Amino acid sequence: MDDLYREVIIEHYKHPGYRGHLEPHDIQFADNNPLCGDHIEITMQVGADGTVKDARFDGHGCAISQASADLLIESIIGKPLEEVKQLNKQHILDLLGIDLGPVRLKCALLSLKVLKAGVYGLGEASDELVE
Amino acid sequence: MTLNVQQIRSDFPILQRETSKGIRLVYLDSTATSQKPLPVIEAMNAYYRRSNANIHRGVHTLAEEATALYEEAREKIARFINAPSARQVIYTRNTTESINLVAYAWARANLKAGDLVVLTEMEHHSNLVPWQMLQAERGIELDFIPVTEAGLLDLDAYQALLARTPKLVAFTHMSNVLGTINPAAEIIRLAHEAGAVTLVDAAQSVPHLKVDVQALDADFLAFSAHKMCGPTGIGALYGKADLLEAMPPFLGGGDMIKEVKLRSFRPNSLPHKFEAGTPAIAEAVGFGAAVDYLSSVGMDAIASHEHEITAYALERLEEIPGVKVFGPEAQYKGGVAAFTLDGIHPHDVAQILDKDGIAVRAGHHCAQPLHEKFGIPATSRASFYLYNTKDEVDLLVDGIYKVKKMFG
Repeated sequence: MDDLYREVIIEHYKHPGYRGHLEPHDIQFADNNPLCGDHIEITMQVGADGTVKDARFDGHGCAISQASADLLIESIIGKPLEEVKQLNKQHILDLLGIDLGPVRLKCALLSLKVLKAGVYGLGEASDELVE
Repeated sequence: MTLNVQQIRSDFPILQRETSKGIRLVYLDSTATSQKPLPVIEAMNAYYRRSNANIHRGVHTLAEEATALYEEAREKIARFINAPSARQVIYTRNTTESINLVAYAWARANLKAGDLVVLTEMEHHSNLVPWQMLQAERGIELDFIPVTEAGLLDLDAYQALLARTPKLVAFTHMSNVLGTINPAAEIIRLAHEAGAVTLVDAAQSVPHLKVDVQALDADFLAFSAHKMCGPTGIGALYGKADLLEAMPPFLGGGDMIKEVKLRSFRPNSLPHKFEAGTPAIAEAVGFGAAVDYLSSVGMDAIASHEHEITAYALERLEEIPGVKVFGPEAQYKGGVAAFTLDGIHPHDVAQILDKDGIAVRAGHHCAQPLHEKFGIPATSRASFYLYNTKDEVDLLVDGIYKVKKMFG
């Protein structure tokens, strides 16, 4: 449980490296966690070679959701979009380095759902995207 | 009037448990659902061990007993809210279903395009969405009594809404977020003067205050067992007899009929007209045991105990730097303290408190528009019931200081 608020999570929450909004961007998507109203927007620029040139997240929410978003963005910059499409739940858990119960898992996975809905060009960030 | 909290606590087995080794449960989430005392648990247990059968129409001993228990519970619930007759108490699944029953059976028979329904800005989603659905289907109009900065209903604005002759005024008796206890009798009197029917969402009031449907002159009043020491899966709708009699049925099926032919049916009389299918029988028995339990403690004693705890909690919470408590001052309020902590998300607050066994709720508490009104996505909410103590408030306050330290 103390793990849940590991220093790295508090640090990314308080001093995120990738908070912001890219203009212009190639991909933009935003959605809420209906449980708690947490909100994440992701903007992304894609290079000619199909890799993530740059990305940012914006929004509000708990430490877990915002730190996950920051860690996620950090992890995808420079990666091929095709690889980003394959990311799932385990990727976020690896980034956080902790186990999460079902409720907090939703907080942690919001940014990945938003990211995947954006790269797939979907209208909604559904749970199936990260299973 | 005072109540013996230690004795009451010993009636609730769950309050004796630990959430992890050496950490005792501090349950501050009764607004979401209350805990259950032994007499309720035992009544349901005894029903399944001894009397279980389907109700009505059975002639064997168990069916007779089950039917009697189910209907006795209805009598108890009717007395508890001072309904003139038990036939005016309809069993539903919960407050939400009670409100939906009114929206389907009464409103669809009585409202047409352009008719105005007045709600308030502090409603739970359960008293918003059914009316939004009806708006989409029927083209009724919705308008809302505003909530003031102080967390009270703006009754001047209400008067202005009434000048537009609404057909229905549907409002919460007590806010599940602000804790505001609304002046229900006054709201109903004014609605009646304007010719409107009234629906009271009493999910938070019936468990905590003496509610008398005749003194209020309520047309419809909805509440749930699980927030008042009873089981989940059962609630009630009280209605005035003439309104209920005139309404078409809600769900169709067994038990709600008097006679069925291949191409037609005649509905049953009250209250069965609105109770299709095998109901939650054990839960009804538990509901009856719950009102017996609350009556034995005394609703006035419960209300004054909660008031004392809430006043103490507000005082202690407000002395913590960075804490903002929402809703009116203690005198207008039931046992709810929804708060924010500067720079720390309510989910994080709730999670860290949980480590010390303290159960509070975090989120928008099914009142998203109200949170938007106050410009916040979510709050942490501590709520109090007959079994809570000032010591538990102190533990909550210590816990909040811990959260602050962790986020430094």
